[in-house]
Amino acid sequence: MGSKDREGFLKQFTVYALLICIGFIYTYPILHMVSSSMMTLDDLLDSSIKWLPSSLNFENFRQAGESMNFWTALWQSAVIAGVPTICNLLSCSVTGYALARFDFPGKKIVMGIIILSFVLPAQITMIPTYVLYSKLGILNTVWAFILPALFGQGFKAPIFILIFWQFFRQIPKVLIEASRIDGAGHFRSFFKVALPSAAPAFITVALFSFVWYWNESYLTELYVHGVYGQSNWTTLVIQLDNFAANFSGYQQTATNAATNLNESISMAGTLLSILPLTILYLVLQRHFVESIDRTGITGE
Amino acid sequence: MEEKKMTYADKKALRERMKRLKPGKLERRYARMGYVFMIPWFIGAAVFLAYPLCMSFWYALNNIRITPLGQKFTFLGYGNFTQILIQDPDFVVELVNYLTSTVLSVPIIVVFALIIAMMLNMNIKGKGFFRLIFFLPVIIVSGPILGMLNSEGAGSISAVDVQAISGAIGSVLPSIIAEPISDLFGNMITTLWYSGVQILIFLSGLQKIDRSMYEAAKIDGGSGWECFWKITLPNLRSMILLNTIYTVVFISNNSENPIIVLIKESMFSGTKEKGYGYASAMAWLYSLVVLLLVGAFALILAGRKDQYEKQVKRAVKLRKKEAREKKRIERRNRRNAARIERKREKGQITSHTTSRSDY
Repeated sequence: MGSKDREGFLKQFTVYALLICIGFIYTYPILHMVSSSMMTLDDLLDSSIKWLPSSLNFENFRQAGESMNFWTALWQSAVIAGVPTICNLLSCSVTGYALARFDFPGKKIVMGIIILSFVLPAQITMIPTYVLYSKLGILNTVWAFILPALFGQGFKAPIFILIFWQFFRQIPKVLIEASRIDGAGHFRSFFKVALPSAAPAFITVALFSFVWYWNESYLTELYVHGVYGQSNWTTLVIQLDNFAANFSGYQQTATNAATNLNESISMAGTLLSILPLTILYLVLQRHFVESIDRTGITGE
Repeated sequence: MEEKKMTYADKKALRERMKRLKPGKLERRYARMGYVFMIPWFIGAAVFLAYPLCMSFWYALNNIRITPLGQKFTFLGYGNFTQILIQDPDFVVELVNYLTSTVLSVPIIVVFALIIAMMLNMNIKGKGFFRLIFFLPVIIVSGPILGMLNSEGAGSISAVDVQAISGAIGSVLPSIIAEPISDLFGNMITTLWYSGVQILIFLSGLQKIDRSMYEAAKIDGGSGWECFWKITLPNLRSMILLNTIYTVVFISNNSENPIIVLIKESMFSGTKEKGYGYASAMAWLYSLVVLLLVGAFALILAGRKDQYEKQVKRAVKLRKKEAREKKRIERRNRRNAARIERKREKGQITSHTTSRSDY
């Protein structure tokens, strides 16, 4: 901000100190989780050990992973988050394009409904939707997530529609008009002109949609996993939610002696369940962090 | 938003021009193509939004029991609502808790996000690394993970004696306010974790503020503090509103929220009076509260116009009033002159008026 020579050393120092302190506090739960997930029971009870475990111990991860059915849950999480995300991309981009390009009568009402449906808690439509899904026979299958996403009513779809709307508004109208003069129809100018230039919006929506579907537990449990666990579908987050129950079940069936559930094991389970997304985040960090800049959702 | 920046005269001229330039037939046909692109959304809104919304209202007025033959509806009217509000031991308590904790934590989250965003916007090294850290929670925040961390005591800083703080608060304030506050302290970090997206929104807002404004302020002798209040904050107003609403919605839909857990529980509760109808009524009450809360925040934050705009508006009003006054005087003068003219033509001018006009 401004010229650098006016900012004294003290100010710079304070900012760094503050950022590092707050950053440490901010990541404290994660650090705590990492360190205690590797502790053995002895380490946990030993009050002299606070941060560093006496030895690297991966036994906790093995037990937590096995009790959570890690690989199955990982695969199913990817499907439950991935397929609706693709549907979200399709439906929200089309809707956003319609809102940005065409001045059809009633557009304002549609926008109002979209914003209202963002603010409205999901619980209000949850129960009839549940009944509807069970009538359609898609309850406890992934279709319960795919179908609404295909029609622009997926989880947090209003945000994605608004992102696309904002993005398509920035594309110069001249481009579309030029393609029209060249003889392209509406769909052609959408697919050939608008879509290719909307890559940043697609990346942003894909990332956020994936992450939000992945982390959703309430609706996933209701629609896909089943409240009593009727279906075979599960996600890492739900497995974590039922961690204690899963673990005691595992304990009884495990062939090699499993320890009792302790803090280390639950922390190991938590770490396992956030690990896939964290790796994804570290790989794609630039896209995540610059996402909001690029979609210009904050530009008026 | 661009309309705001136009002056009144511009707006008027534009409106008049728009009125003259009615969209042509081709233009209208082109606009109607929008409906084709909207078809998926229309279907979705009808099936997954409008229909469930209406049904949920109908459910809320009924007691629904699931029998082997299907659902059995018994019309209750507002019976579910009165039962929830009067007899349910949990709902009202949880609702009040939710309200107080939201009202408390939303400002904390938004202000924290603003502070972090401003620090990250400075000219510092390792910006990317810090951004990485502060955005990380967005990736990992989910109900069960937060629940796990909070229950293992990782949600707060162990160096801060939470017990002492909550004890001190509890002795001063009544328990209905003290409880959410000490809860807030207990899960301070995980509360702050909600601010990842907000930080990014503020950051991109900060980057859009024109640097030259700060330079001009500096030349005029404005301090950093003044710059913050007079330049940064007014420019971020719409973003503060956006972030506040986002935060409220986020907290309300968080699966750790006890109310929505309660709704799900009563949905599948086997007791006679609970069930789908009862849960729907709860959901309606809850949604109403959330909407009111969002509305209240929006009103507080959007209601204020900034000083400059106010002054401009006042000046415009004044000028319009003057113009009106001038016109009225002119019209009166013209009328009077015409009357005098008429009278003079008829030759009935009294000495009084002649003398006056001659004067």
